[in-house]
Amino acid sequence: MVNKRSLQKIISGLVVAPSFAASLYFVYGFILWTGYLSLTKSRLFPNYQFAGLVSYARVWAQDRWHVAIGNLAIFGSLFILICILLGALLAILLDQRIRIEGALRTIYLYPMAVSFIVSGTVWRWLLDPVVGIQQFMRDHGFPNFDFAWTQNAHLAVYALVIAAVWQSSGFVMAIFLAALRGVDQEIIRAAYLDGASLPRIYMTIVLPSIRPVFLTAIVVLGHIGIKSFDLVQALTAGGPGYASTLPANFMFQMTFGQSELGMGAASAMMMLFTVMAIIVPYLYSELRGMGKERRG
Amino acid sequence: MAEAMVLAGRSSGTAVFGRILVYGILLLFAAYFLLPLFFMVATSLKSLEELRQGTFLSLPSHVTFWAWWEAWVDGCEGVQCGGALGGHFINSLEFTIPAVLISTALGALNGYALTKVRFPGANIVFGMLLFGCFIPFQSILLPMAFTLGKLGLASTITGLILTHVVYGLCFTTLFFRNFYVTVPDELVHAATIDGAGFFSTFWRIMVPISLPIITVTLIWQFTQIWNDFLFGASFTRGNAQPITVALNNLVNTSEGVKRYNVDMAAAMIAAAPTLIVYVLAGKYFIRGLTAGAVKG
Amino acid sequence: MATLSIRNVKKRYGALEILKGIDIELADGEFLVLLGPSGCGKSTLLNIIAGLLDLSEGEIRIGDRDVSNVHPKDRDIAMVFQSYALYPNMNVARNLAFGLEMRGVEKAKREKAIAHVAQMLQIEHLLSRKPAQLSGGQRQRVAIGRALVREPKVFLFDEPLSNLDAKLRVEMRTEIKKLHHRLGTTIVYVTHDQIEAMTLASRIAIMQNGEVQQFASPQEVYEQPVNMYVAGFMGSPAMNFLRGTLTQQNGRLSVALNGGRAQHLPLWQPSGAVSQRVGQDIILGLRPENFAVAGRAQSAAPMALAEVTAQVDVVEPTGADTLAFMELGGANTIARLRPGDVKGPGEELRFAIDMSRACLFDPTTERRL
Repeated sequence: MVNKRSLQKIISGLVVAPSFAASLYFVYGFILWTGYLSLTKSRLFPNYQFAGLVSYARVWAQDRWHVAIGNLAIFGSLFILICILLGALLAILLDQRIRIEGALRTIYLYPMAVSFIVSGTVWRWLLDPVVGIQQFMRDHGFPNFDFAWTQNAHLAVYALVIAAVWQSSGFVMAIFLAALRGVDQEIIRAAYLDGASLPRIYMTIVLPSIRPVFLTAIVVLGHIGIKSFDLVQALTAGGPGYASTLPANFMFQMTFGQSELGMGAASAMMMLFTVMAIIVPYLYSELRGMGKERRG
Repeated sequence: MAEAMVLAGRSSGTAVFGRILVYGILLLFAAYFLLPLFFMVATSLKSLEELRQGTFLSLPSHVTFWAWWEAWVDGCEGVQCGGALGGHFINSLEFTIPAVLISTALGALNGYALTKVRFPGANIVFGMLLFGCFIPFQSILLPMAFTLGKLGLASTITGLILTHVVYGLCFTTLFFRNFYVTVPDELVHAATIDGAGFFSTFWRIMVPISLPIITVTLIWQFTQIWNDFLFGASFTRGNAQPITVALNNLVNTSEGVKRYNVDMAAAMIAAAPTLIVYVLAGKYFIRGLTAGAVKG
Repeated sequence: MATLSIRNVKKRYGALEILKGIDIELADGEFLVLLGPSGCGKSTLLNIIAGLLDLSEGEIRIGDRDVSNVHPKDRDIAMVFQSYALYPNMNVARNLAFGLEMRGVEKAKREKAIAHVAQMLQIEHLLSRKPAQLSGGQRQRVAIGRALVREPKVFLFDEPLSNLDAKLRVEMRTEIKKLHHRLGTTIVYVTHDQIEAMTLASRIAIMQNGEVQQFASPQEVYEQPVNMYVAGFMGSPAMNFLRGTLTQQNGRLSVALNGGRAQHLPLWQPSGAVSQRVGQDIILGLRPENFAVAGRAQSAAPMALAEVTAQVDVVEPTGADTLAFMELGGANTIARLRPGDVKGPGEELRFAIDMSRACLFDPTTERRL
């Protein structure tokens, strides 16, 4: 007699199966495909003959790639650092029983609701030499004020940071604020009674106790940073020249712009490896924690 | 945390100064966050003549919707463009809404199956699905482009729906899975004894109590899919492009006069739906951010 | 109405054996209580009877039907959960009717069944409310109602009273007992509370580590516990375990108590097994109510009284009784006396112990002799 309870489990498995199959094909399958392509000499069309690391070598031979990587390092580290500092600062300040907290939270977070293309577009004009902030400041008594970073090959990448921080620090603020609200009040009262000043309490007690949130923030921001593509397109289009290009733009350019599929695939794989190096250990420790909960 | 501030022992002088400092910093940053929005709105309502005269921080002397009309109806000039923004707005609606609904529904079913009717290997399946949330999409662009071509879905709305559903599944499954983990198993046991099978229990018992997480997921997915640029730019051409791609094309054409009021109007049109959703249902949005990032 | 047979049921998770072979035969209309601490396997066994868990070995029979592989909904059982598990989005009436709806019972019959059960449990005025609007006791009634509506052959209760406060618990306990008398259905009831077990059960199965230690009527489990675990589990305050040696004193078998004073308690009608252990260590089990102040003891067998002296360390008046704590036989011993028998801590008292109720245990195997 068929056990009707195991039938339920079969149905359950069948329900999840399409998503799982989609994941196998569209995620894992595709990654393998891209990976294989990265080991070929494909140009306009895929050429499935194995060619070793030729395409990788060609990528590394491009000055454009070196610029992109350098930019990613600068952009990534600044972006993460400033977002965390700003987000933490805003969260701590908002935690002080501010009357307009709701309104302020809404203001800090709304940038997350819009596309990176939109924010890139707006900041592009804000950083325009004639129309934007630079001219405004010059008209108001700062004749040598220079803020047209998007036109400057050395400073363009920092323009990216400004726009990206604007877009994403609200998110850091939101998760920090949620974490701060979960801190045990009694420990803080005890420290206050012991004579610790408020800033000291934050630095030595509160912030260390929400360490996991720092990690989450870094991981998520890192992920956003590595994927950054839209922002560059809209803000600087990678320019001037390719001074502010990032690996994601490089990949797109190679694949859809210059018909160099092998190099596109190679750069994509390198992006993937970088992301995996951060995410996989993180996910592994999270899932292990989950597994332990289950048996509890 | 806020409690600590109320305790006695601080001189009223330093307390007041402290408050002023806190509010000051918060408001300063509020200005930083609001500036682009102000710029966007004010500029989009200016006429071309006013652009030539005024500087960016001034309010329009007379409000005109010319730029909005221009953007919606005429769109951008130049080779790259796909025409009026209005058409692209409709495109975005056409693929966003189905993709949001389908990915949410599947996510709910998956979440339920993976937590309440666990089949052997469910945790592994979940882990593998979850991984898909983290990959940089550059690593699947090439194979996806080929696949869509092979299926005859290149540059179609259906192709975009498929793409967004497939790559949205990991997030929606994660959200629902984390939510259903908090629902007591006994509820499902009672339904089992009462004779409800997989779908009956799901539809009549789980879904009615899932309203909060459904809202969060819908909002999250809508924001992600509407704001997407990468998939749109990679898999569509010309008339089929989403509004984000059309906006970028508009902004990046270097021909003709700098009609940045049209740019801003276009940006507003592109940003409007998600901004409206954010304003109306912001707290669910925030929950989605913090839930997805902090992983339950 | 049906019998319930649990035959050699085992449950394994990988290498871990949760249930090690449970055998219980219940007659129609019996009230079985599965009693034990957390982790003993009682809830696992209940879920196996319900069909929510598969068994690894053995079989379950309801009536004369092997239901080991049958879906819960077809086993003719109903279950009341610890957290009640009421459907939060439905009102009480729909909660009650859900199972009937699933079975395709038509509306008129459903309404009749709901009305009947609601009247029996006095929840008619709650029918249009949602679970969130009910108190704990009301939710419990609805949960019971949902089970009643199914008219099952066996009722299963999974610690239904744990979430209630003490007073409500006593009230609901009586209600459940009355319900059982009224309906006469077979019931399996899981709890860790030995008072619930004593008051409700027709037979108790005390479990530990996946095995049934003793399966007998409440009175038997109380008075003739099969080992020290069972003896210590039943009764509050718990049975005292005094240590001593078995000796011959004045021609009678006695226990020479450990501890400061050299005292011995002559045994009353010792069994043959006991007689063979002269000279060996032994554990004497005495319940607090077996103690009385010498001279004021009342016993069914006055010849069974033995006397000891001890100094009272702590006195705890509980209103109806007074508990006296003292050192006896190398153990902290509690005696349940009448108020006024003891004046205060430090007092030396002469106690009379009813040895006809005493239990003797082997110190190594912990089994009763």
